[in-house]
Amino acid sequence: MNRYPAWKYLLVIVVIVFGVIYSLPNLYKKDFAVQVSADSTHTLDDNTLNSVRTALANKQIQYSQVEKMASDSVSYHFSNADVQLRADDVIKDTLGEGYTVALNLAATTPKWLQAIGAGPLHLGLDLSGGVHFLMAVDVNSLITHRMQAAERNISDSLRKNGIRYVGLQDTQKGISIRAPDRATADKISDVLSQDYPEFTRTLTPDGQQWVIMASLSEQARADAQNFAVDKTLSVLRKRIDELGVNEPIVQRQGADRISVDLPGVQDTARAKQIIGGTATLEFHLQDVQHDAGQAKETGLIPPGTTLYPYTSAGMAQAIPVLLQDRVVLSGSSITNATATVGDDGRAAASITLGGGGEAAFYRITGENIGKPLAIIYVETALTPVTVNGETQYTQRKSERVISIATIQSALPSTFQITGLSSIKEANDLSLLLRAGSLPTPVAIIEESTIGPSLGAQNIDKGVFSIEVGFIVIVIFMMIYYRFFGLLADIALGMNLVLLVAILSFLGATLSLPGIAGILLTLGMAVDANVLIFERIREELRNGVSPQASIQAGYERAFSTIVDSNVTTLIAALVLLMIGSGPVKGFAVTLTIGIMTSMFTAITGTRAIVNLIYGHKVRLTKLSIGI
Amino acid sequence: MEFFKQNTSINFMALRKWAMSLSVLIALLCILTLSIKGLNWGLEFTGGTEVIAAFPQAENLETVRSTLEQAGYKDVKVQVYGTAKVVLIRLGGKQEGMENKDIGNEVVAHLNGATLQSTAYIGPQVGKELATSGALALVLAMLGTAIYIALRFEYRFAISAAVALIHDPLIILGIFSYFQMEFDLTSLAALLTVMGYSLNDTIVVFDRIRENFRKSRKGTPTEIVNLSVNQTLSRTIMTSGLTLLAVLSLFFFGGETLHGFATAMVVGIVVGTYSSIYVAGALAVALGLDRRDLLPSPRDTLDDTP
Repeated sequence: MNRYPAWKYLLVIVVIVFGVIYSLPNLYKKDFAVQVSADSTHTLDDNTLNSVRTALANKQIQYSQVEKMASDSVSYHFSNADVQLRADDVIKDTLGEGYTVALNLAATTPKWLQAIGAGPLHLGLDLSGGVHFLMAVDVNSLITHRMQAAERNISDSLRKNGIRYVGLQDTQKGISIRAPDRATADKISDVLSQDYPEFTRTLTPDGQQWVIMASLSEQARADAQNFAVDKTLSVLRKRIDELGVNEPIVQRQGADRISVDLPGVQDTARAKQIIGGTATLEFHLQDVQHDAGQAKETGLIPPGTTLYPYTSAGMAQAIPVLLQDRVVLSGSSITNATATVGDDGRAAASITLGGGGEAAFYRITGENIGKPLAIIYVETALTPVTVNGETQYTQRKSERVISIATIQSALPSTFQITGLSSIKEANDLSLLLRAGSLPTPVAIIEESTIGPSLGAQNIDKGVFSIEVGFIVIVIFMMIYYRFFGLLADIALGMNLVLLVAILSFLGATLSLPGIAGILLTLGMAVDANVLIFERIREELRNGVSPQASIQAGYERAFSTIVDSNVTTLIAALVLLMIGSGPVKGFAVTLTIGIMTSMFTAITGTRAIVNLIYGHKVRLTKLSIGI
Repeated sequence: MEFFKQNTSINFMALRKWAMSLSVLIALLCILTLSIKGLNWGLEFTGGTEVIAAFPQAENLETVRSTLEQAGYKDVKVQVYGTAKVVLIRLGGKQEGMENKDIGNEVVAHLNGATLQSTAYIGPQVGKELATSGALALVLAMLGTAIYIALRFEYRFAISAAVALIHDPLIILGIFSYFQMEFDLTSLAALLTVMGYSLNDTIVVFDRIRENFRKSRKGTPTEIVNLSVNQTLSRTIMTSGLTLLAVLSLFFFGGETLHGFATAMVVGIVVGTYSSIYVAGALAVALGLDRRDLLPSPRDTLDDTP
């Protein structure tokens, strides 16, 4: 009676093979690597690779392996972290601009395993070290901008259609248009419904007059939010790619949040600047007709201009300058930017224009040859402020005149901005210009940095506590249940392998709470076997034959096992729903662990029991500890 | 090896009045300490900045605190993190102009010989949301499991299980409150897991009660519950003991980050084992659980007759 059909044995074997193969990559130690990638304007040809090789050889740095990742990316593997760090410096010095050189822990999964999609577990930041940000996208400011633009456009279209309205203003609720009578109100409503379908309209009489309230529909608001978050995501991804971070995780979290994990990054300040930076450039003509010094003293600023302090190269003090408010060219017209060294030997950025704006720029600069053109570096930062328990963001705009140069000729679509303070500034500026600007400012609302040593410590501690827990359980089960205990131990080992395999296969990220989840699963996995074995013992004590006891033990314990696991599963699923980051990792491990444990503890052990005892006709004793 | 050679027949139910009184007393004490002392909420819930720094030798906490306050940081709290060489520095509220700075390295720069281990900044609104969704999760988990038990067993079981379900986390929270241990996000995760785990035990007992009611025609509900608890005793102790061993390994070797989690789990497993024997079983009897409630419906019995 204790026999399995062939397909069940086969199933168990297939599952074991799957488990072993897909958990295998985790046994290969990761290499300390330096990854080199070229940007769009450079290539990684043989010459470049040769120069790196000679430079490394000169410093007597040996690498174990060079791996070509893509056409423009190469990874050098080293034996330890010290060599890796030294090599990083050497390679950076050798290649200079145009290449991203980043430290990296490279997986050494063999080719045949890679081919079937097997790879090691990703390590969470608490294990690998790195920086985590959670940012809030300021959707409200985007909508405010939209409303302001819509206000102008609506007044234009109404005038174009020859409709006379009494008043038009942007209010908290929407754009309020006042019409002299019902007929005009209807006409306005018609124009709005045709040209501005994203607005919902309500008409209310106010004495003789009518007020039309046009407010952005829920759908339009949701669209605006999705647009802002998606665009921010893509800009962030580009920027992070430019930073050269290995395995970054950039993902949307909830309606207006973006979570960014940068493993291995330690320089929080720079990461923050690059990621949260809304830097862009604006080109303004200088107003030379008025005296800036006088304007500063009297505080009388000529209309249409703004007063800025400007520190030019070699000058100790800032001088006041008056710049026209009109933007001649904005950062959004820039398609490419690279750091370079200008004719004066100082840091510069080479700019390429495209996508509109360059024709106007050419025309305006052509009309103003000989006049000074100023470049303003505009940076917007968001600061959260709590007002009456509600969190609001205030924008802080910092503007800095980085250069004023005389227009020598009509500027074509490629030109240089000279006079930047350092090559690093030139680099960061080019990076921000290249990756595009954020559609709306973002605020960092959560941030954490985990040092690499703490990460390594966490791994050691986590792995050690799994080992101790596992060994203690294994020994105890063997003493208590003898041969059946050994079976449960085999199932437990199988469960561990299977759990790691599935997590690796799904590309899950292992965090410290995830390790706790694994350990907890081990404790719970034996529960199923304890239930079964206790049942078998009970049957034996009642004088039932061994074969029948096995049968009854497995059968009767089954529904209990399912019931008790389902409740834990419900708790784990609730955690999965609300949890983020590490807690989610715990919930994922627990959920998968409960399911794998049911398989290994019930089907797995039964397969072995059936194989061994199933054929014995005269079985008189079971090695189950009684 | 066996813990109990013969079938045990400990009269658990005879002690149930005492157990009930004890449970109610402990629960009241927990509510008392929670309302007086409250919980020592972790950074995730309060928001703020936390810096963990390691020193070459044990460092005086008061020195660290005064150094930082002199350096201009407000509302500085310093505590030992694991060993005396590692300190956790909590900077309350908003520190001036920190949004674009590397606060971790700045703090460490003020402290002689310290190296930065980690920093964390949680905005105030994130903490508030987390507290709300955490509370929601507790309620959801409780409802979900209670509904499942009501479907699978009987509503009296579901009510008793739900009471046991409130009982266990309450005691864990009480202990966290009394000792003012930091209650962080992983502790919350442990709390939810304990709820699932404790039910695990409860269900095994319930399952056996149902089976025994159906099997034997004699015996009062009290006797049946007593018998069932005794029959599952060896399993309950074995499983709880093994899971406890696994969690103890985490408690002792898992490091400071998981300490809250491990503590909550250790307490939860001990209390959960007790509650599944006493609170759930005894309460079901007290609620008037009867054999008829658990017998298969009459139609099923008819179908069985030839």
